[in-house]
Amino acid sequence: MSVQDAAGSAAKGSAEAPMPAAREGRAAWPLWEVFVRSSRGLSHVHAGSLHAPDAALALRNARDLYTRRNEGVSIWVVPAEAIAASDPDSKGSFFESPQGKDYRHATYYTKSEGVKHL
Amino acid sequence: MTVSETKKHAEGHHDISTGVAGGDGSASATRITPGNALRPEDISLQLRQGATGPSEDAALYALQLGDDALILAQRLGHWISRAPELEEDVALGNIALDQLGHARSFLTYAGGAWGKSEDDLAYFRGEEEFRSAHLFEQPNGDFAVTIARQLVISCYQFALYSALTGSADTTIAAIAAKALKEVDYHRDHSAQWVLRLGLGTDESRRRMIRGLSMVWPYVGELFVDDDLVARLAADGVAVLPASLRPEFDRAVAQVLAEANLDVPDVPAAPGGGRQGRHSEHLGYVLAEMQVLARQHPGASW
Repeated sequence: MSVQDAAGSAAKGSAEAPMPAAREGRAAWPLWEVFVRSSRGLSHVHAGSLHAPDAALALRNARDLYTRRNEGVSIWVVPAEAIAASDPDSKGSFFESPQGKDYRHATYYTKSEGVKHL
Repeated sequence: MTVSETKKHAEGHHDISTGVAGGDGSASATRITPGNALRPEDISLQLRQGATGPSEDAALYALQLGDDALILAQRLGHWISRAPELEEDVALGNIALDQLGHARSFLTYAGGAWGKSEDDLAYFRGEEEFRSAHLFEQPNGDFAVTIARQLVISCYQFALYSALTGSADTTIAAIAAKALKEVDYHRDHSAQWVLRLGLGTDESRRRMIRGLSMVWPYVGELFVDDDLVARLAADGVAVLPASLRPEFDRAVAQVLAEANLDVPDVPAAPGGGRQGRHSEHLGYVLAEMQVLARQHPGASW
């Protein structure tokens, strides 16, 4: 999405024009995923998504939409199309294999005698 | 702000830091904390507890600042549901709420000189009693006109509030310090859009140029010194508007140059807002803003 596209969208917004007419015939802004870090030492957490013409405005929109109540000290925005997601339909083959494999958890093993600080 | 809401907040900050995570801040990106900043309720509480109110002159000055912010907030609020995108609705709505916050603080403080509340001043004054400059009441026009108005106002307010953080009136200084950070963001918001509209399509550029030429006649009034502000400036309470012009011109010129736009060369409008002489637009703004409070005085929810 270029500066031209952003301007093309915005130039059609008008306080006087009825919105249905104003919204016709233009490309929608792309989708961005927003990650917010709520304080030092924590990691960024997915907060939601929004539309914006470019990264600079996506950051600002994220600030307005997701940090209105003092939630964040840092924001990341990522183009939604840049995120590769696992297929919800492959849940079985992707995520069910670890089930029942107790030995992958530390609690499965009994503590060796004489080990004090485990 | 209603009466009951004022009461609720009158005793100081409440702990609302529970949020969706039930107080476990590490569990959610959307943890809610109130933060700690000067609120209109704090000013109101201080005045009721016997803090010294503003002098008559300082109150009139705070009234000007509050009226500017209040009328702009009302204008910007009209964009909600009408901006080019939902996200921009929220951005302009946020800016409107920031301005409303500044207005509430200034009007609360001004009212301290006359035993009036922020609501008395906002809802029960007539058109000729408002002291806002003409620029603030100018119609929203299309998005580019609003952005042009925002660029001018945010650059003006940034220079103004920067200077007022050193005001000898500590309440005005404190309100300015709180407002400054918010206005800094408003400046960034408008500059981002001036760049995109100015360097965008032929249509966006045409509209941006038209928007600037429509708001520019009202720039001059912002920087006119008068007797009131001269007296206050001598005491270190106010800042002479004319002294802010060079910084304003520099800031605006920088944005416009980057957007390949010219500073408009148009004649100035007569102004007169600081004396209560307004354009035909203010009456309609006030009618919409005041109708509910006047229809149901003292109503709360």
